[in-house]
Amino acid sequence: MASVLAAADRARLSWRARKFIKQLRHGDEVAHLITLLAAASIIVVTVMIVYQLYVNSALPRHKFGFEFFTGRTWDPVSGDFGALPFIYGTVVSSALALLVAVPLGVGAAIFLSELAPTQISNYLTFIIELLAAVPSVIYGLLGIFVLVPVLRKVVEPFLKSTLGFLPLFKGPIYGVGMLAGGLVLAIMIVPFIISVSREVLMAVPVEQREAALSLGATKWESTWQVVVPFARVGIMASVFLALARALGETMAVTMVIGNNPTINPSLFAPAYSIAAVIANEFTEATGDLHLQALIELGLVLFLLTILLNGLARLVIIATTQKGVQTQ
Amino acid sequence: MKLKTSITSIALGVVLVALGVCAFVESPSATPAPAPSPALLLNGTGATFPYIIYSKWFTEYNRIHPDIQINYNSLGSGAGIRQLQAGTVDFGASDAPMTDEQLHQAKVPALHFPTVMGAVVPTYNLEGVNQELNFTGEALADIFMGKITKWNDPALAGINKGIKLPDTDIVVVHRSDGSGTSFVWTDYLSKVSKEWETKVGRNASVNWPVGLGGKGSEGVTGLVKQTPGALGYVELTYAIQNQLLYGRVKNSAGVFQKADLPAVTAAAASEAKKIPADFRVSITDPSGKTAYPICTFTYMLIPAKIDDPAKKKAIKDFLHWMLTDGQNDAEGLSYARLPKDVVARELKAIAQIN
Repeated sequence: MASVLAAADRARLSWRARKFIKQLRHGDEVAHLITLLAAASIIVVTVMIVYQLYVNSALPRHKFGFEFFTGRTWDPVSGDFGALPFIYGTVVSSALALLVAVPLGVGAAIFLSELAPTQISNYLTFIIELLAAVPSVIYGLLGIFVLVPVLRKVVEPFLKSTLGFLPLFKGPIYGVGMLAGGLVLAIMIVPFIISVSREVLMAVPVEQREAALSLGATKWESTWQVVVPFARVGIMASVFLALARALGETMAVTMVIGNNPTINPSLFAPAYSIAAVIANEFTEATGDLHLQALIELGLVLFLLTILLNGLARLVIIATTQKGVQTQ
Repeated sequence: MKLKTSITSIALGVVLVALGVCAFVESPSATPAPAPSPALLLNGTGATFPYIIYSKWFTEYNRIHPDIQINYNSLGSGAGIRQLQAGTVDFGASDAPMTDEQLHQAKVPALHFPTVMGAVVPTYNLEGVNQELNFTGEALADIFMGKITKWNDPALAGINKGIKLPDTDIVVVHRSDGSGTSFVWTDYLSKVSKEWETKVGRNASVNWPVGLGGKGSEGVTGLVKQTPGALGYVELTYAIQNQLLYGRVKNSAGVFQKADLPAVTAAAASEAKKIPADFRVSITDPSGKTAYPICTFTYMLIPAKIDDPAKKKAIKDFLHWMLTDGQNDAEGLSYARLPKDVVARELKAIAQIN
């Protein structure tokens, strides 16, 4: 090897080639190429997924057009497919989950990074990260055998008797339904929010806290007005990760949401999500139109994820304080 | 120093790549070495309902014939039909027979071989009622359409004299996943209720007028057990193995028949004359007096033409074994065996594979 390079040197390469080899030796070009390939491959995979979903959903796209998004019937027998109830179920259950999980998760992360003794914080974080590794079917089973009976016997009757005048809490109580789906999702995504938010909060430089404290801020003022805004971008990232998981979650949701494609304002009513109907019906879908309608639902979920991610970004930007710009 | 290390690493990289290339070049000569007589591998995909008996059959057959190994992927009837049509598997399996259109789309004509039988039973959870309730097809159709909403409805009270039915709402529970079980259930309801046939129809997944969806038999059972007043349906096999309480259903001879394995076999036996040459038939609502009315065959789908002579022989031999010795495994696993005359006709049909 060395003799080859020596021979090359002897051949008096031009200045440009020497520079290239020098860079090559320092690894810049190689690292650039490898990381570029890594980034490009992810984009290629994404584009290929969208392309496949698009190509394989030609039948329902031509038959229903835009009405696929507004149709409320899902009838595999007569071949009439509309995605609206599934879009509704996916959006509302994920929103419900975020509504519960974001305050809970960010609160827990603040406690763990700022207030709890390091030792305790490490133990608790370990336990929380274990939660993230629990398979979703386990959450579903816990949902159906533990959460749903509690909802049916205690929580939902209480909500109905106190807040029953709201359309959100009207109608018959089954236990399974939108509320159960949202709550199981919330439990599932909380570990993501806690784990990522805690890391970013802990990465805030100590000087930031010290500066705030030295100006006479209390511990809480320094945490809430300096540390949290500083970590805002990272906390946002944790919420997106959680939202993505909530939108795509299948097993746990289908076990507790009731699986009925209806649009009902009541949180007690059964609902259905996109991921759940795809998983439920794909294996036994024998007709081409049915199968392709399910594939088109996959495409809809993809679009929905992009749309909701953008929306969540706007909401967070609008509602949180601006902090010191993180670099 | 720095230059030296980077040269070393480049050299190391080159060596590694060279090694990789060598390994790649050498690998083809390394593969055809193992076991002296490689087992013949047959691949199948299809229904989940017969998975338990199929996996027992395939293991047992491999024990008797170590040179034949059968792989079965229980991905669902839809996947079974689709992969058979595409010719990516050696055989498919389905709970419902293929439609004419599906047969037409297949590359090679497909033959249907019934393997075992199953039934679907109504299961319920009603406080204070531990007896087996009687149901009629019409009442079940009306309940699943949301027309009968109370347990003490005259249509139910009239056929359950002596049992005090409460004034509770009926909570309908159905399968949310596409399933052969749902196909049989909706096929039966379509036969006994014209309104069901026109409004809902028969399929592995339908547009359910009312009710909650549970994923899989375990999902339906979980919902039924937890919801007071619930009425759902599960496979007989599942109900027997989990000791669920399930109801009798009135057959077309007017008898309220409890589902058990002989009553399922009786359903096929009483319909034997109506079974066409290709075995594609629905045997729900049969005429026999001792027949349980919500029954079905489950099928293996075999290509009518198999090019590989070794595979052809293996499949034919297996079918023969399955229809004779294999049938004895059925009852132990809570599947109903095929009636004798159906077996006799299938044994003859094996000759159609060529």
